[in-house]
Amino acid sequence: MAETTHPQQITGAEIVIRCLEQENVKFVFGYPGGAVLHIYDAIYKQGHFKHILVRHEQAAVHAADAFSRTTGEVGVALVTSGPGATNAITGIATAYMDSIPLVVISGQVPVPAIGLDAFQEVDMVGVTRPCVKHNFLVKDVKDIAITLKKAFYIAKTGRPGPVVVDIPKDITAHLADFVYPESVEMRSYNPVTKGHSGQIKKAVKLLLEAKRPMVYTGGGVVLGDASELLVKLVKALGVPVTNTLMGLGGFPSTDKQFLGMLGMHGTYEANMAMQDCDVLLAVGARFDDRVIGNTDHFYSKDRTIIHVDIDPSSISKRVKVHVPIVGDVKSVLAEMNELVALEKPTQSPALKAWWTQIESWRGKLCLDYNNNNGLIKPQYVIEKLWEVTKGDAYVTSDVGQHQMWAAQYYKFDKPRRWINSGGLGTMGVGLPYAMGCQFADPTAQVACVTGEGSIQMNIQELSTCKQYSLPIKVILLNNRYLGMVRQWQEFFYENRYSESYMDSLPDFVKLAESYGHVGMQITKPEDVEGALKEAFDMKSRFVFMDFITDQKENVFPMIPNGKGLSEMILAEDL
Amino acid sequence: MRHIVSLLMENEAGALSRVAGLFSARGYNIESLTVAPTEDPTLSRMTIVTSGSDDVIEQIIKQLNKLVDVVKVLDLNDGKFIERELMLVKVKATGAFREEMKRMCDIFRGRIIDVADGTFTIELTGSGHKLDAFIEGLDNTAILETVRTGASGIGRGDRILKV
Repeated sequence: MAETTHPQQITGAEIVIRCLEQENVKFVFGYPGGAVLHIYDAIYKQGHFKHILVRHEQAAVHAADAFSRTTGEVGVALVTSGPGATNAITGIATAYMDSIPLVVISGQVPVPAIGLDAFQEVDMVGVTRPCVKHNFLVKDVKDIAITLKKAFYIAKTGRPGPVVVDIPKDITAHLADFVYPESVEMRSYNPVTKGHSGQIKKAVKLLLEAKRPMVYTGGGVVLGDASELLVKLVKALGVPVTNTLMGLGGFPSTDKQFLGMLGMHGTYEANMAMQDCDVLLAVGARFDDRVIGNTDHFYSKDRTIIHVDIDPSSISKRVKVHVPIVGDVKSVLAEMNELVALEKPTQSPALKAWWTQIESWRGKLCLDYNNNNGLIKPQYVIEKLWEVTKGDAYVTSDVGQHQMWAAQYYKFDKPRRWINSGGLGTMGVGLPYAMGCQFADPTAQVACVTGEGSIQMNIQELSTCKQYSLPIKVILLNNRYLGMVRQWQEFFYENRYSESYMDSLPDFVKLAESYGHVGMQITKPEDVEGALKEAFDMKSRFVFMDFITDQKENVFPMIPNGKGLSEMILAEDL
Repeated sequence: MRHIVSLLMENEAGALSRVAGLFSARGYNIESLTVAPTEDPTLSRMTIVTSGSDDVIEQIIKQLNKLVDVVKVLDLNDGKFIERELMLVKVKATGAFREEMKRMCDIFRGRIIDVADGTFTIELTGSGHKLDAFIEGLDNTAILETVRTGASGIGRGDRILKV
């Protein structure tokens, strides 16, 4: 007997669309294919969100990721089964490492075909398990709505992260009533928000009594929208502050109390202050190996560590801490501010002496570079980029030397402006990240700082940029080397430049032009500023700027692998 | 140090692989792992026997708690607990062995649950140490096959792991 259909019943594909509408999704980045054809047909008929057609699924996920980093909203990507799904993996893993909330919907072969090695079948739930916050395989049309509701909820709450929802094709054709739950409760998932008030009191007391206090903050402050509260606290305490690569913009870089980025390529003053402080407040940061390379060396000096993080497993993972505070950074910082305000702290003689010490470290001018050899210095390009964009651009980067220079020389004063792959270190993110930023803020200045190695890893997206008229500016620091690899080979492999030279590069100007963009090549230092101005004046055009830079420039300071924070190599040492 | 970790998780497809995958991805030891549904069919109870320094065990508990399907985690070693494991051993039961096996089985309070012309199958329950002792006590040439479930554990008295 045929099942009677309820007049209001809609297909699974339409349910997917309605769920995205309910979540107020504005952009879906994706690429069609067999298993998602029903969903794409439903997309064709809807008018709630814009679908952005990329040229490779990896870029879809990166763009959705950048959209989220820029706006704080959950990014959404849609890919087909099999190769579409596996192409998305690098994007998913990138977002996972940096705790970016995403919902990635992947098509799957029809339920009866699962496990039979069907065409374009891959076990997406199995493949993504180690690089998602959670994932789901939906096997019944009636479960689509509740599953997507859970997916968005899990992605954005607690420590955020990507969630994959794998939907078999037959399910998207089946009919069901559409009911989107108002809220979702899961007995197995209850993220903590408020920090322990006793611990917070203890932390504030320690900070007020510290002789050499230091604040170290990471991506958690940016993701938790806690920058203002951080600034308030740091100002009230009068203490120095450093940001991780992921935390840049969490505290204004142009402020006197900011010591610059810390870690492997951090500033001399930030790393020395980390090593020598007596009370360290870590907020939304995780003491990873690019920040504290050698934990034994770090332990060689005594300090009391307060660690605020929403993820309990981030606390005491690499570095033992004394005052753990599990909670949402925003809520914890708000409480700390209230307690500090009651105390009205004044600068103690000890704190004054600490600042004198810090200023002497700062006097090393560790980011100074020799700009007199007639070649374009990559650092100079970034400094000029900062000037020309008035420090107000969204800057995305790929991975390598150019990423470090962008982090060191572009002084980010606002959160969510510096968009890069910190955890996974994914080459190829820069251009799709710029796309995500530009969609999020269509009139903003968006610069993609990249290298000739990285840009070629997702160069096909030049076509997407043309299709959607994205006025991104690509700042290619072209040194004809995989620069960071070459730098390590120079330092640790006696100049054996194994496979790090980039030969047979395309003519990037012609390449950009062939995609319908403006291409520029800049070879002289005196042309850098003018070219940047010219490019950013072309407000509606995508401009690809190929800066031919000094091939042998290295990133300093540098903490060699396995060395301690105070064991930096400085440019002046060589 | 050896720890027994008990956890309750949603009885859903793939839940076991999340736990097993976590242990392999992060390089934690698994000595044994048992899982079965509880009296509430929506929940599975898992017992994992692992070992590591205090720091590693702390991370294991935190990481398990982080899994979205995991409802509750308890390190049984944090208090008093009982552990039991079931072993089935098929042994040679010919000639002098036949009497010897019966005697060993009695001493260890096992039960012979299958008798054939040349073999006995013995069921034995106890702590892992007791099962080890039984195996060591047998003539090695008499053992034809062993199968062990891995440990299950439960807190003593009013230590209860429940949703």
